[in-house]
Amino acid sequence: MAMLELNDVHAYYGNIHALKGISIDVSEGEIVTLIGANGAGKTTTLKTISGLLRPRQGEVSFEGEELTEFPAHEIVYKGIAMVPEGRGIFSKLTVVENLEMGAYSRSDKDGISSDLDRVFTLFPRLQERRRQVAGTLSGGEQQMLATARALMARPRLLLMDEPSMGLAPVLVESVFETIQEIKDEGTTILLVEQNAHMALQVADRGYVLQTGEIVLKDSAQGLRDNAEVQKAYLGMQ
Amino acid sequence: MLRRYLERFNWLDFILLMFRVVILVAIAIGIFNSVRAAKYTDNQWATLVFAGLAQGSIYALIAMGYTLVYGILLMINFAHGEIYMAGALTVVFIAHIFNDSGFLNAQPLLAILIMIVIAAAVSTILNVVVERLAYKPLRGAPRLVPLITAIGASFALQYTFRGLYGAQYRAYPEVKALRELVTVFGYKVPLVQLVVPASALVLMLGLYFFVERTKMGKAMRSVSEDKDVARLMGINIDRVIVITFALGGALAGAAGVFNGLFRPQGINFYMGFFPGLKAFTAAVLGGIGNIAGAMVGGVFLGLLESLGPNLILEGLGIPSVNQLKDALSFTMLVLILIFRPQGIFGERLAEKKA
Ligand SMILES: Nc1ncnc2c1ncn2[C@@H]1O[C@H](COP(=O)(O)OP(=O)(O)O)[C@@H](O)[C@H]1O
Ligand SMILES: [Mg+2]
Repeated sequence: MAMLELNDVHAYYGNIHALKGISIDVSEGEIVTLIGANGAGKTTTLKTISGLLRPRQGEVSFEGEELTEFPAHEIVYKGIAMVPEGRGIFSKLTVVENLEMGAYSRSDKDGISSDLDRVFTLFPRLQERRRQVAGTLSGGEQQMLATARALMARPRLLLMDEPSMGLAPVLVESVFETIQEIKDEGTTILLVEQNAHMALQVADRGYVLQTGEIVLKDSAQGLRDNAEVQKAYLGMQ
Repeated sequence: MLRRYLERFNWLDFILLMFRVVILVAIAIGIFNSVRAAKYTDNQWATLVFAGLAQGSIYALIAMGYTLVYGILLMINFAHGEIYMAGALTVVFIAHIFNDSGFLNAQPLLAILIMIVIAAAVSTILNVVVERLAYKPLRGAPRLVPLITAIGASFALQYTFRGLYGAQYRAYPEVKALRELVTVFGYKVPLVQLVVPASALVLMLGLYFFVERTKMGKAMRSVSEDKDVARLMGINIDRVIVITFALGGALAGAAGVFNGLFRPQGINFYMGFFPGLKAFTAAVLGGIGNIAGAMVGGVFLGLLESLGPNLILEGLGIPSVNQLKDALSFTMLVLILIFRPQGIFGERLAEKKA
């Protein structure tokens, strides 16, 4: 059985029908990517999983439990953390305080401090700037912080919303290396990206979302070889 | 060159600039004349300074409630003055019980501590109840709606307490130990004028420590920055809001007792209105949403009210200056809103997004 399952999910913003019955599944240990143009509904999909938006119809289940009943602040306790679109770091808090907020759902002091060491090993730059106010970090560092903060919840499923957005090409490379490392440590990842090229290199499988509907679903290799995907998302002729 | 300057010339800016210059010159002339007239002794000035500190620290304590709630909900809780009144007015009865039994003057420290705890409890509970009943149902409504509700809640509280305790003025009993004169820097001042600012400072430092260091305090700061992301962390926004109102209420209740010790007269259901507005002024002055700012703003306002009439207004030849304290405070509010709406340390009231 899949770890995460979305079944015929419909979501609205007022009268705007943003998700028109999408079904997605993610199995343990996978990286699954959701690609699609701006406005396709990728962020909305993640919001229905994390509880920030309640679907009007359909089911979202995680490890066999229905999630749509729970308020957003309880979802992280189920084992799901999110790196939000635009990073959403707390800019007036220090780097360490941001990481502490990432571990807000936990009370195992020893586990938290060993995870702090772990994210500092993953991102040595954050350790150098641990006392700095997060708003003063560069864009790349803020992305590291948002990722590290989500890892501090020790999630079994990590939702990432366009982690490469607005970063210089060198930094984009390192974001995807990090994603691979996180997967190798055993965390399942649902990755939303506009950078389909990179996303399909790290992912095992992928879905293509178009104006609120899933139009394609295949292995990453299969999507890379698909002529439609090449034309629309990989910039090939 | 001149033409470009004239093209950019804006009458409103010019008038505001002139207005600023006139105010500053008036203040300078007032102070100069007052000092030259040397009508008051150094000890009299010192008394005014300490009274100003005491009054200012009471404003600062009340201002914490405005600034905390604004930081979390971007809402001005205009009923906050009534929350202060509720604690102060309820405890006036307790104070008399303590006084009549002799406990108040036999064990002033313990008696006052108990009074503070009771006032803080009353104000805390009331503030949380007002939030649950009046503000929570309006979450997500346009910002004007909870503002109007707050004004309604303010009247509802005033007249509830009038119904409970009547409209007559009451007074806190005298605590003899607090009236004793002590010498600081060579000046004699009543002990109460030291105890009140010192205790208020301890409470505000406690609040500052809570917000800066504890997990819940950090959660409050996270919620104030981004509610959705805070929820993703597992923070229950509703709980944070309740705790915010509770903290603001507790400090307002304590302020009510300090006020009763410092200025025993004038305790009735309407007593929260002016201090509430002044504490709001102090919060805006310090930059609303900013705790340290509200502290500084409160003390500044207290000193301005205490020293301003004799130091500035009298030197300008204005008659019966001591009746103009309130005018001075509210002129201050208008001036900040015109010239520096973001306050001394803060952001602009309107620019922060909800
Ligand atoms: N807060 C909102 N209010 C109204 N419409 C929204 C809101 N957020 C997104 N939408 C609309 O929902 C659709 C999907 O948006 P989104 O999920 O953000 O797309 P993506 O993340 O794929 O760029 C878009 O048409 C967008 O305009
Ligand atoms: Mg998006």
